[in-house]
Amino acid sequence: MNIIVLVKQVPDTETRIKVQPGTTDIVREGISYLLNPYDEFAVEEALKIKEAKGGEVVVITMGEARTEEAVRTALAMGADKARRLDGAEFLGADSYATAAALAKAIQGESYDLILCGKQAVDDDSVQVGILVAAMLGIPCVNMVTKLEVADGSVKATREIEGGTETIEAPTPCVITAQKGLNEPRYPSLPGIMKAKKKELKAVSLGDLGLAADQVGAAGSKTEISELTMPAERAAGKVFEGEPADIVPKVVRMLRDEAKVI
Amino acid sequence: MANVWVIAEVKEGKLKKVALEMLSKGKELASQVGGALEGVLVGSGVEGLASEMAKYGASKVYVADDAALAEYNGEAYANIIGKLVEEQKPGVILIGASINGKDLAPRLSAKLGAGLASDVVELGADGGKLTVKRPIYAGKAFASIKFKTDIQIATVRPNVNPVAAPNDGASAEVVKISADAGAVKAKIVDKQLSAGGKIELTEANIIVSGGRGMKGPENYKMLEDLADVIGAAVGASRAAVDAGWRAHHDQVGQTGKTVSPTLYIAFGISGAIQHLAGMSSSKFIVAVNKDAEAPIFKVADYGIVADLFTVAPIMTDEFKKLLAE
Repeated sequence: MNIIVLVKQVPDTETRIKVQPGTTDIVREGISYLLNPYDEFAVEEALKIKEAKGGEVVVITMGEARTEEAVRTALAMGADKARRLDGAEFLGADSYATAAALAKAIQGESYDLILCGKQAVDDDSVQVGILVAAMLGIPCVNMVTKLEVADGSVKATREIEGGTETIEAPTPCVITAQKGLNEPRYPSLPGIMKAKKKELKAVSLGDLGLAADQVGAAGSKTEISELTMPAERAAGKVFEGEPADIVPKVVRMLRDEAKVI
Repeated sequence: MANVWVIAEVKEGKLKKVALEMLSKGKELASQVGGALEGVLVGSGVEGLASEMAKYGASKVYVADDAALAEYNGEAYANIIGKLVEEQKPGVILIGASINGKDLAPRLSAKLGAGLASDVVELGADGGKLTVKRPIYAGKAFASIKFKTDIQIATVRPNVNPVAAPNDGASAEVVKISADAGAVKAKIVDKQLSAGGKIELTEANIIVSGGRGMKGPENYKMLEDLADVIGAAVGASRAAVDAGWRAHHDQVGQTGKTVSPTLYIAFGISGAIQHLAGMSSSKFIVAVNKDAEAPIFKVADYGIVADLFTVAPIMTDEFKKLLAE
């Protein structure tokens, strides 16, 4: 079973985000980057399926050279080879243009299943997996917490409001990973050493056979006009003392002063 | 003319609150972009809800009502709505940013080649086009978004737009549309619902949340008791989820859910940056923590520096008394 995993490099969730004044980007200096946490679940699931059924795990990302570090993490976990969509034309893409490029890259591979995180924790769009599936004309099950793979189909359990549902879909299909799907392994030292020698191919726009206006900022359906910081919250009231005295007071104030209850 | 559409989600025979919020805001948007406000209902036994949508400003409601549509299926719903959009060409499509809404919107985006902004917290118009603002990095920053396409789709975060007063005398033209779901490849084979109509975190008006300070899963009973009294959902910090005390879908923060309730009460949560990102857009925050230096107090409107195990039962009793008044 050949599996493609779509991954993205994102700033560490501990990062304090600042907007770069006069731009639509954040301050990039001093940021440490990680493999998107939800993509880690996708990589882990791909590896578990490969261990059970054989086949190959191919990781695909899109981004500048630094994003290879996230790809190497996936390779160190055990993925077999990787592709990176490389070139200035790909930059500034919204979810739609990202998915268009990834879908085209996927068409050049042999695959039975595509896995990716349900969202990247930078732009939080929750779109790319579903868009890729739609563009490839294959089904997608979103926010999956349990996956069973059979011959020619999968059973995927996904989170819904107030519970879960199980969906059966024919392969090939796209599965987006939600937290809870598995516990991702840490790359081992030998894994890290091996990853350095694994194939990581840069793929250009020309290789994909796409036009420059189909990808990146030019191929996007939306654009960011401004980035802003959240409003600072004003310092609040602090209550100290005996809970038996202060809690009744606070509860009354929630109604009478804050008017939130 | 660019009409504004609200795709309403139905739960247990009622319109979800976010649908009313979107209609209320959509009415304003429709006048700004020079179009009409219209609704779409897809489901089983939903036709009667068209009159409810009319009260909140919809002048026309498209209805696909069929027993086969009782349960949300992304492919089926996208096929039905996508076909309708291609025929009617609305300018703006608003969808609630619920679990199903976030599943449906990208399917429509792909089908229609339309721009999509997810989880928006502000909606406006500029030169007849939609403009939105949405959180990125779980709310550590906000992006203002413009659309390049004629059809503009946004999923709208619940609880951020107020519901306008209904106009009970208003009515809407009901247009029945084809309920033919077309080819559907992925099918629901099983459903497991947890008992007792749990309130979804991202749509809850009040959230009571517990962190590492809860010390163990058994102590969340205390928060559930409080939540029952005030009609809240129970959330948890990443520390509590990673410790296995609470389910993953209860996690608030950057690798969990980003929430904007009216009231967020945090018990024993220190306030790691990735948690603060997920909850600091709450309208009012109460934090209970023994440690007066905990970062959560920097975002709290009311901070109670005390032992949560003493505070929680007193708070539950006091709310009971208050709500009985």
